[in-house]
Amino acid sequence: MSEPPLLRVRHLTTEFLLADAGQRARAVEDVSFDVYPGQTVGLVGESGCGKTTVLMSILRLLPANAEIRGQVFFRGIDLLTLTERQMRERRWKDISIVFQGAMNALNPVMRVGEQIREAITLHGLMPPNEAEVRVGELLELVGIPKERGAQYPFQYSGGMRQRAMIAMALACSPGLLFADEPTTALDVMVQAQILELLQGIQRKLGLAIVLVTHDLGVVAEMCDTVVVMYSGKVVEYGPVDVIFNAPQHPYTQNLLQAFPDLARPGTVLACIPGAPPRLTDLPPGCRFAPRCPARMQWCDAEVPILREVQPAHFAACHLVKDV
Amino acid sequence: MLETWFLFQRNLSAFWRAFRRNRMGMAGAVLLLSAVLVALFAPLLSPYEPTTVIRDPSGRGLTFAPPSVHGPLGTDDAGRDVWTQLVYGARISLLVGFLAGLIAMFIGSLLGILAGYFGGWLDMLLMRVTDVLLVIPDLPLMLVLVATLRQMELKISPLVVLILVIGLLYWTSTARLVRSQVLSIKERQFVARARAIGAGHVHIIRKHIVPQILPLIVANTVLILSTAILVESGLAFLGLGDPTQPSWGTMLNFAFDRNAISNGAWWFYLPPGLAIVWVSLGCVLLGNVLEEMLNPRLTAHHLEGEASVRPAGEETLHE
Repeated sequence: MSEPPLLRVRHLTTEFLLADAGQRARAVEDVSFDVYPGQTVGLVGESGCGKTTVLMSILRLLPANAEIRGQVFFRGIDLLTLTERQMRERRWKDISIVFQGAMNALNPVMRVGEQIREAITLHGLMPPNEAEVRVGELLELVGIPKERGAQYPFQYSGGMRQRAMIAMALACSPGLLFADEPTTALDVMVQAQILELLQGIQRKLGLAIVLVTHDLGVVAEMCDTVVVMYSGKVVEYGPVDVIFNAPQHPYTQNLLQAFPDLARPGTVLACIPGAPPRLTDLPPGCRFAPRCPARMQWCDAEVPILREVQPAHFAACHLVKDV
Repeated sequence: MLETWFLFQRNLSAFWRAFRRNRMGMAGAVLLLSAVLVALFAPLLSPYEPTTVIRDPSGRGLTFAPPSVHGPLGTDDAGRDVWTQLVYGARISLLVGFLAGLIAMFIGSLLGILAGYFGGWLDMLLMRVTDVLLVIPDLPLMLVLVATLRQMELKISPLVVLILVIGLLYWTSTARLVRSQVLSIKERQFVARARAIGAGHVHIIRKHIVPQILPLIVANTVLILSTAILVESGLAFLGLGDPTQPSWGTMLNFAFDRNAISNGAWWFYLPPGLAIVWVSLGCVLLGNVLEEMLNPRLTAHHLEGEASVRPAGEETLHE
């Protein structure tokens, strides 16, 4: 990986100022990772661990009560230092996003083609007649006959809407695509088709993808690198085969055990008791300590730092020794 | 529900087919439209000018004459034809009503959108202003305002004063309605998507918010119209209209001032009263039907077989 990373996230911390008594909820803390051109990075973890907030922080699409710190370099430019206007110009051209449950991301009273064109014309990338042709091409690219661009979202099936969203995400030829649980709420067959489509497009266009999911099967199939998050922090980060074959953090180990394995049918799946801590009431030491099977005394006292287990493989646990 | 809403925006003819089946709505439209036509073609519908005094062969004015060949609705205390005044009065009443209604609708929608979309201190400020206006009793406030503005001897017609006072005071319900709708629309995911695309506030409001609340505004405007006409009548009846350009309210004011009741001249005071009822009934019927057809909140859609039309799982797919 001699190429410089496309996206370099460093010490990203996002806090929400809560209405009552100036309380702060730290949804994301000290998150760092790199995305290289053409690579797929998986962001995994339980619901509410800050995966979506990371994406939204990078795009600066959070509500006004959010405070974002750290650095987010995209092609060397720190997005967090841009003005709102500059940021607006970059959105979708640099980074586009396919939302979680994309069925709702289409305006029900606008034609689908019109909504895809909206992205192109908004950035003034091409004159309207060319944009029209481009919309047709994009729809064909995701396997939708271009005539159907004249239809409304309610005339589309769930899978088609998700395809339309992917077509829209490609409208401005971004270098990086965020896919926020792109297959939630789709049936298994359609899920597989959508993922295949994403992979095909990635190969064809050399796109980098950040994939948020809690489906480890999807991660194993799609991703090059995995970022495991727990309660707003990165607990483990490394190449996908290392994470799957030699996970170092007990949380990652538990997650993998909670996933059915075809090689060992009939084994009882593990579950992680309890729930992630409340963001306003975090444990003093390791955030996973209250649920951790390998908990030691000092886990409650000292926050573990992210240590390099072996080159390019990091884990934040007191059990882990430095290389 | 989304179906009619959607049809309204994209396909007026289909909306019209759905609307035509609704008897109440059609009745309201007919009532309102007939009044508008009468106002437009007033000179063709009346044999006299509003100020013409009808005289008997000896040259004396026919005062308080009952309906006859001279005038289908008799004459007033000065011998002028009541029908002619009624027809010309429709112009004033409807004009004031429409203009005041439009002003109110425009202000209400604008403030509602701003408050709902931007929220924060702007919302706080606008809504407190709305609260204050809602709390003050309308009629006394308007009496004072109109009377004061008249005193100031501004070089504007009393009708303009009426239009402005009504228009500038009756936007509160529209503002609240629009705001609540905008609050719910702006949380929808396609608005977040529009932001992610790189759209600015103006674009989002214009392309994604306004088209969704437009039907609601249309329905609300018709209802505001009836209020504006009623209020104008009330103010004119109390003597705050323009005596040189009598509306229906002014006619009632004249009738009471000049003892039409004790003279038994029912043809003088009943027609303007009924005309007011005619038009406001038309507005209310039409407005309610439009609101019912266009405002999602008023329809219990789970009772209707519309599941096939609504985007599947619109509300249910959150994680």
